[in-house]
Amino acid sequence: MTATDLRDQKAPDPDPAEAGQPSTSQADRDRRRRARRRARVVAFVFVLPALLLLGALVVYPVLFSVGRSFFDASGDRFVGGDNYTEMFHDPATIKAVRNTAIWVVIAPTLLTGLGLVLAVLVEKVRWATAFKLLLFMPMAVSFLAAGIIFRLAYDEDPDKGVLNAAVVSVHDVFKGESSYPTARARDGQGLTKDVDGSYGTSAGVSPGDTVGLGLVGVRAEDLPADARPAYPAAARKAPADELRGVVYLDFTRGGGGKQGEVDRAESGLPGMAVEAVRDGKTVGSATTAADGSFRFESLEPGSYTVRLPGSNFAPPYEGISWLGPALVTPAIIGAYLWIWTGFAMVLIGAGLAALPRDALEAARMDGANEWQIFRRITVPLLAPVLTVVFVTLVINVMKVFDLVYIIAPGPVQEDATVLATQMWLVSFGGGNNQGLGSALGVLLLLLVIPAMVFNVRRFRGSQR
Amino acid sequence: MMRRRTTLLASCTALALSLGATACGGGGPVSAGGGDKPLSGQTINVAGVWSGSEQKNFQKVLDAFTEKTGAKTQFTSTGDNVSTVVGSKIEGGNAPDVVMVPQVGVLQQFAEEGWLRPLSKTARKSVDANYADVWKNYGSVDGSLYGLYFKAAHKSTVWYSPDALDEAGVEAPASYDAMLEAGRTVSESGLAAFSVAGQDGWTLTDWFENVYLSQAGPEKYDALAAHETKWTDPSVVAALTTLGKLFKDKELIAGGQKGALNTDFPGSVEKVFGPEPAAGMVYEGDFVAGVAKDQFGKKIGEDADFFPFPAVGDGKAPVVSGGDAAVVLKDGKSPKAAMAFLEYLATPEASAVWAEVGGFLSPNKELDLASYGDDITRETAKSLVDAGDSVRFDMSDQAPAAFGGTKGAGEWKLLQDFLRDPSDPKATAAALEKAAAKAYQD
Repeated sequence: MTATDLRDQKAPDPDPAEAGQPSTSQADRDRRRRARRRARVVAFVFVLPALLLLGALVVYPVLFSVGRSFFDASGDRFVGGDNYTEMFHDPATIKAVRNTAIWVVIAPTLLTGLGLVLAVLVEKVRWATAFKLLLFMPMAVSFLAAGIIFRLAYDEDPDKGVLNAAVVSVHDVFKGESSYPTARARDGQGLTKDVDGSYGTSAGVSPGDTVGLGLVGVRAEDLPADARPAYPAAARKAPADELRGVVYLDFTRGGGGKQGEVDRAESGLPGMAVEAVRDGKTVGSATTAADGSFRFESLEPGSYTVRLPGSNFAPPYEGISWLGPALVTPAIIGAYLWIWTGFAMVLIGAGLAALPRDALEAARMDGANEWQIFRRITVPLLAPVLTVVFVTLVINVMKVFDLVYIIAPGPVQEDATVLATQMWLVSFGGGNNQGLGSALGVLLLLLVIPAMVFNVRRFRGSQR
Repeated sequence: MMRRRTTLLASCTALALSLGATACGGGGPVSAGGGDKPLSGQTINVAGVWSGSEQKNFQKVLDAFTEKTGAKTQFTSTGDNVSTVVGSKIEGGNAPDVVMVPQVGVLQQFAEEGWLRPLSKTARKSVDANYADVWKNYGSVDGSLYGLYFKAAHKSTVWYSPDALDEAGVEAPASYDAMLEAGRTVSESGLAAFSVAGQDGWTLTDWFENVYLSQAGPEKYDALAAHETKWTDPSVVAALTTLGKLFKDKELIAGGQKGALNTDFPGSVEKVFGPEPAAGMVYEGDFVAGVAKDQFGKKIGEDADFFPFPAVGDGKAPVVSGGDAAVVLKDGKSPKAAMAFLEYLATPEASAVWAEVGGFLSPNKELDLASYGDDITRETAKSLVDAGDSVRFDMSDQAPAAFGGTKGAGEWKLLQDFLRDPSDPKATAAALEKAAAKAYQD
């Protein structure tokens, strides 16, 4: 950067001073040199405050960090490149590098794309300003607040997280809920669980029998209001060609009661689907009455299995675990998009406004459709703006910290970690190893530098 | 403009007040207020992690000290990171006189940095007389006594909703296996047995510590806390297996393992004492009562009760504890008053001030149990004092923060992984050892 500066200044210099006028006298030249020196001193004085600030706040800390990265946690012992080798042996850092790469590739691309699409579309709506304002508003929310909002929105419990509330209610509309999701049978008391979640009688039963199917795990409050005690129904004898039984809650309030038997206080489970199965084929199905009783009439003699299909017990749909190890990074990127889309849109929109209208008009006159105009004219003409937005976002994404730190819950913190959070964790958040933390900082700096150089070049290019 | 005027006014008032105070101080013997006040005119700065109601209640203790001695007090809340705040204050030449240190590890760190003044003879005598030896040990570094444990926490209490246990017809269990059995019965009644706050790693370390202390015994506990025993030790694997019995049983944990990993500590209390109960019991320290009472309006002793964490196998019932120790900094401005304050804190009289307002347990065995405001606190306090020397300080608080105190890393994270998949205690033990070795740097 400085090198090019000097060249730029020197290049026009020789023309008037040396080569231009050979007849200039010595005094004249002296005067000019003095003037030039004075100009340089004045320039230096003007630049000095900025240089001091930059030196104290940027250059010194950078150099200090680089130096610090060669020392151990206490800062007393020189360890050479050990911190750097340790860094790449730590699975957490490798995960951080990987996640940062995902961020850098995905977030700026999506943002630039979204911003471009929105900017082009917004130009065509009537309430453009209001719309822009709306999209830009999340920029005014601090990252911390946005993080807390999204932490809640992504919460897995549908009673808390709005996203899962939506997912679950949509799902339940199509699939419906089962009536006894928590019910289950005790082991070794006549019912065996099948792989599909259904329960069947362990021993064969035949017509003329009355079977008791005891389940537990249903709260007394959760029973349907019409549930009646199962005892009378369980005592009733079945005719010879009928298979009868009760499905009951084998749990007496406040303890007591005999396991595996229908006690007087125990309630039937109404509305439970029951099937009679013979040789793997369902030959009859019924639904239990208010006292939990069911019957299969006019059955052939023989041995049957009474089955409670798994649909009775299907666990409630729990929605998507947005903040689980697999989805946590995309989820946080989503939050980031929410904040930054407005920024990308406004910048690109400004570029769009400065586009030469005549090119667009000419294309329209020549019969190009809107897509062709967008693809062949708008995008190429906007390319410089798009690159600046993209690169700025790349730099921005590299230092993302707050969102990751706040949104990722403890157990998946490591799955979501990026270089910036890792650097903080290692240096201050418990690790207290500022040597290793500095090494991570240096790595982050090295990764940001190309993007910065690129951006600075571009700016200078556009200024010229 | 308005604001400037108010600050001016405030500083004027402060000036007037301090002038008044000095005047009073100067005329101490003449102004016959309330007997002799040997420390009038001195100010001690106290720093601690407390804020909110804890700070308010501690202020009562400070006021009582002022009343007694005439020394003025000033409390500063440091937030969670005591060692960083105090370290920078010392470097900045503005060291507080007394710091209430919440972790054994931090106390040791301070002592090793040479920041601490050993306790005076009077304070030492009170500690010898009023405290079990274990508290003295936790306050000592290399044989000198620096810390006085003023406030303690009892982290071996299992809280339950009496309604849920009545409904299931079970009694407070006396052994770990009986607790699991009772849990199964509760879950048959339709309510999950335990709500586990798996999203907060520290609750899992507390679970582990209770099981380990009871199953492996205090000696092994100390050795593991000092990392003299490796985490790959069979006793660790055994404790993890015991804990795994609970963790892997979907019927015992509200929401199964996945639900537990998605529950934070306040959420876990809510699952038992909230408006829609989803579990019958929740294990954590005595502070559960505070949450149940303040947030969910439960009456402690009626709607919420506790039983001591039961013994595992043949072991004794564990008493895991934590606490805040008062230490005097060398760089403080009024060391004499500071030491006098510690001597005061060592008396049952000082503890009684806070005990009356609640939210406080004292390890001071001379404190009359009648001072506590309610029966449940009295019971926890009694259990803590009765446990005497078998009390052990929270192990993760003794470990370096990188291992025992960092969200998403070290022991917190590994136990969360264990909760997610409790099938291989040996592998978990090995991973714990790896992380511990790195954090202890040995």
